[in-house]
Amino acid sequence: MRRAALGALLSHWRCHPFQLLTLVTGLALATGLWSAVQAINGEARASYARASAQLGFSEMDMLVPKNGSISIARYVMLRRTGWKLSPIIEGQWNLRNGSVKLIGIDPLNHPSMLAKSPAEEASPQLNLLTPPGGLLMHPNTRVQLNGQLDLPPVTLTGRLPSGIVLSDIALAETLLGSRGQITRLIILPEQPMGLLPLSDLAPDLLRQAAGDPQAGRLTDSFHLNLTAFGLLSFAVGLFIVHGTVGLGIEQRRHLFRTIRAMGVSLRLLTALLFGELMIIALAAGSVGLILGYLIAGILLPDVSATLNGLYGETVEGGLSLRPAWIFSGLGMAIFGTLVASAQAIASLYRMPLLQSPGIQARSQYARSSQQVMACIGCCLIVTGSIAMLLFDGLVVGFILLAGLMLGSALCLPLLLSVLLALGARTAESALTEWIWADMRAQLPGISLALMALLLALATNIGVGTMVSSFRLTFLGWMNQRLSSEIYVSVKHDDQVGFLTSWLAERNITTLPIRWAEIPFEGSPIRIYGVIDHATYRENWPILQSGTEAWDEVFASTGAMINEQLARRQNLWPGDELALTEKWQIMVTGVYSDYGNPHGQVIVSLPNLLQRYPNIANRQFGLRLPPKDASALLKEMRETFDSKTISIIDQADIKANSLAVFDRTFIVTGALNLLTLGVAGFAILTSLLTLWNMRLPQLAPIWALGVSRRDLAWLELVRSLALATLTAILALPLGLLLAWLLLSVINVEAFGWKLPMYVFPIDWLRLLLLALIAAAAAAAVPAYKLACIRPTELLKVFAHER
Amino acid sequence: MSVRILFSGILICLPHIGSTQGYAGLGTQVEGFSNPDQRHPLEFPVDHGPHPNFRIEWWYLTANLNGNDGHEYGVQWTLFRTALAPDDRSGWSSPQIWMGHAGLTTPDVHHFDERMARGGIGQAGVTTHPFTAWIDNWEMASLDRSLQNLTVTASGGSFAYNLSMSARGPLVLHGDKGYSVKSAGGQASWYYSQPSYDVTGILTISDGSVEVTGQGWLDREWSSQPLAEDQSGWDWFSLSFDSGAKMMGFILRSDSGDFSSATWIDTDGIATPLQPGTFHAEPLNYTIVEGRTIPVQWEISLPEREVSITIQAINENSWMGTSFPYWEGPVTISGSHTGRGYLEMTGYE
Repeated sequence: MRRAALGALLSHWRCHPFQLLTLVTGLALATGLWSAVQAINGEARASYARASAQLGFSEMDMLVPKNGSISIARYVMLRRTGWKLSPIIEGQWNLRNGSVKLIGIDPLNHPSMLAKSPAEEASPQLNLLTPPGGLLMHPNTRVQLNGQLDLPPVTLTGRLPSGIVLSDIALAETLLGSRGQITRLIILPEQPMGLLPLSDLAPDLLRQAAGDPQAGRLTDSFHLNLTAFGLLSFAVGLFIVHGTVGLGIEQRRHLFRTIRAMGVSLRLLTALLFGELMIIALAAGSVGLILGYLIAGILLPDVSATLNGLYGETVEGGLSLRPAWIFSGLGMAIFGTLVASAQAIASLYRMPLLQSPGIQARSQYARSSQQVMACIGCCLIVTGSIAMLLFDGLVVGFILLAGLMLGSALCLPLLLSVLLALGARTAESALTEWIWADMRAQLPGISLALMALLLALATNIGVGTMVSSFRLTFLGWMNQRLSSEIYVSVKHDDQVGFLTSWLAERNITTLPIRWAEIPFEGSPIRIYGVIDHATYRENWPILQSGTEAWDEVFASTGAMINEQLARRQNLWPGDELALTEKWQIMVTGVYSDYGNPHGQVIVSLPNLLQRYPNIANRQFGLRLPPKDASALLKEMRETFDSKTISIIDQADIKANSLAVFDRTFIVTGALNLLTLGVAGFAILTSLLTLWNMRLPQLAPIWALGVSRRDLAWLELVRSLALATLTAILALPLGLLLAWLLLSVINVEAFGWKLPMYVFPIDWLRLLLLALIAAAAAAAVPAYKLACIRPTELLKVFAHER
Repeated sequence: MSVRILFSGILICLPHIGSTQGYAGLGTQVEGFSNPDQRHPLEFPVDHGPHPNFRIEWWYLTANLNGNDGHEYGVQWTLFRTALAPDDRSGWSSPQIWMGHAGLTTPDVHHFDERMARGGIGQAGVTTHPFTAWIDNWEMASLDRSLQNLTVTASGGSFAYNLSMSARGPLVLHGDKGYSVKSAGGQASWYYSQPSYDVTGILTISDGSVEVTGQGWLDREWSSQPLAEDQSGWDWFSLSFDSGAKMMGFILRSDSGDFSSATWIDTDGIATPLQPGTFHAEPLNYTIVEGRTIPVQWEISLPEREVSITIQAINENSWMGTSFPYWEGPVTISGSHTGRGYLEMTGYE
């Protein structure tokens, strides 16, 4: 019996393969997008973890100085209190060609040494601890050191992350020119008994817990962003499932009646339906996993580029299949199906056996539920806002976003209903009155799809506005920041004399670009030294400054800092910045510095040289009348050897930067479009669901004399009207979202706030896209209606009671 | 894990670790280091301090203690110095590497810990004015330049101790006025001891603190190649008899025949070096520790002093699982003489 009943239930899908396809597609899309994001995040995290583990200090707390570095004496003092700590010196090692991250460790106390190593694995770096020492690096990193003279012996190993050179601490401090300056201390996991707390022994050092987002995992914000996107896509995908499952149950009402009449209990019927859904969920989930894997594979290079562009982090390695990922993907598919079909199954369970398919009974129920939903929606918005007022942080920002988006979506049906009621007042004829009333009656069935559309449109407007605003700001910023006509960098300090005199002969102003990198609260900041020139006074992209900001910088009494540093440290013009224990300087201005994850400071060059006399002098900006730039560029390229000097004009740098910027947001664009596609699909499934239920309402209108063709047109218009209304409501929500992204999320995630620009043309394009989606979705039911045989409509009267 | 493997090479190059030539590489000949020279006799208190031109050196304390809880305890405190090059510099580039080992043995549990540091930064070292030997918070310190009265502290994850020691007798110079021959080929080290400390102090283990009293024995030794190339390890005994006499004896094991040596210290603290080969020790019983077969019971005979005794480990699992692992623990003496002592065994694979 059970088998026969299940067979009968499943036969529905055989008769309606398109419906099955829709259900599987919706679920697969939802699972796929979610899984893709999870796979990307998982891969990136695994990559970070691998790098951290390869360096040997994953999962360990760190001690970092509030400013400057930790002296050897301080380290020894802490060791002599019994604390097992391991010193790290870290910095950017200036090479003839660019620079590379150099990490110096004390192998005797490095965490990886404390676990015993199998002797046979020992490699022959016998002299790492004695002069000339040795460098360890990944083969990929080796090319960066090409042309470097007097290089200590290099050992290549695949066991280190790319882009990092590892050496003994003694060699590292020499190469970095930071003798006696420890960047941070690893707190080793096993400590002796009877220690005094570090907070008493070293109150001036900050303890960073392992896995603390403040501990430099800037990329977390990016992954949170992706997760939010994934969740959104998943939610939108579920609307499809909801629509199709509802349709599947609606259409089988007669079948259920028959099966029940044959003695199948309601409980068994529900269980069978439940089992059927689980089978579909597992199948669709598997398809979704494959889809997710493919999407992730396609997006991963772009994500990697984004992370590199924004944070300088490299994500290596291809995708790998992790069991946890597979289970979470299938779990989400099952969970999603349950959530999406709960209402349909519950209504089946509650509804009287002989109740015929109809809308009136439901619309009463729907009206009160609209109010409940709107109430919940308002509560969500209020909760999100309160959370934002009470707490700080990126996660809270996302809670506010989620509250706002979900809350607004829940308010949508009531809002639309009110708008339609208002519209009904304008009705002049019976037919138009009916149209308005029918739209309201249709609302409960289609409202979920419209919510999906609202979310997708608002996200598109919000994210689109953010990206476009960012791009516009970035362009303006780049024009200010890259004001030198030509940028030159040489490979050796000794080339500088000839170069500058050659340029001086031609009356060209040379602006040296010199910097020192120092550790600051555990992460590096760069201090640039600049000479007094109109370039800075007139062009620098200042956000906030005192009246004589640059005068004070050039008088060596003040410093300009970038926005990231200002926000992180809450330092604004007039505040004092302690760069090292001995170097305090007044902040006179704050400038924007997009695309840079780290803090930055500008002081006068003499001021910098006084403290760091040996910094490299190899990069210059050249100021000259723009019209002469190409001639000079040509002359310089003819005069100097391109192997030892690189000459780039402003336009090239800008083009490169913009290319990096655009590549950074490819992923966002792709996810945006996918979400909208899913929403369009959701509307289609909803309308198809409604189609069956609507015939009983359309039949009387047809009987009153409205032609099938007109009815079809009206169907299309109604769908377009609802989509338009939703799109109009999505606009303010999208703009609010954009504002939140620019002023809240960006500040938390990147440390910079962006001005908001609006792009009405984009909105129109999006509205058009929404209308096309709605029209395409309504086209199928409308076409069916136009072609329906009159007998079908007549049957409605025959079957009614 | 990778850095560990990458850097394990460094440990190989430390003279103690890896066993390419003799146990812990102690049989490797290295250019540039000084060798013990009998023309320059020992001079105190200067020679209590470090000798950076020699490749290896240690300050090695062992103590047999009785707790006020009625249990027997053993304590080890060792500071090793090993030089990668025969000189010293200040800062991270110092070639002097220091290593501390601390052990606390109860009849049931053997606790140990290890510390590493390089010279030049002050994290570890030995000074002689006053005498202080330290690594991190482990310290062996005197108020003056002698080794007469010392305080000793160390702590690990599961134990800590704090001892005060007073010497009852004179320093004992092994071999020929401290020139201790280690092989038939003539390899030698400078080697002297203070074998007669009265010890009081407090041991802390997870169960709580216990007051202890007992006997301590400090060894000082330095060299540049103390073992012959074919010597694979040693068994070393420091024995304090209830009669008041003491004996130090060792056997250096090698494929071409063992080399043994011993010093007899009578009740007045007067030391007599015994002729190489007169000291005999044979394993009686083995146990498996960390997958290695270790002799934990020995028969020792020294006919010329009418010594015929059995040595039994108090805790057979006194395994020092440090960078270079070895067995080190307290023993009881029975037979013709009774007493307590310490046993160290290295080079068992």
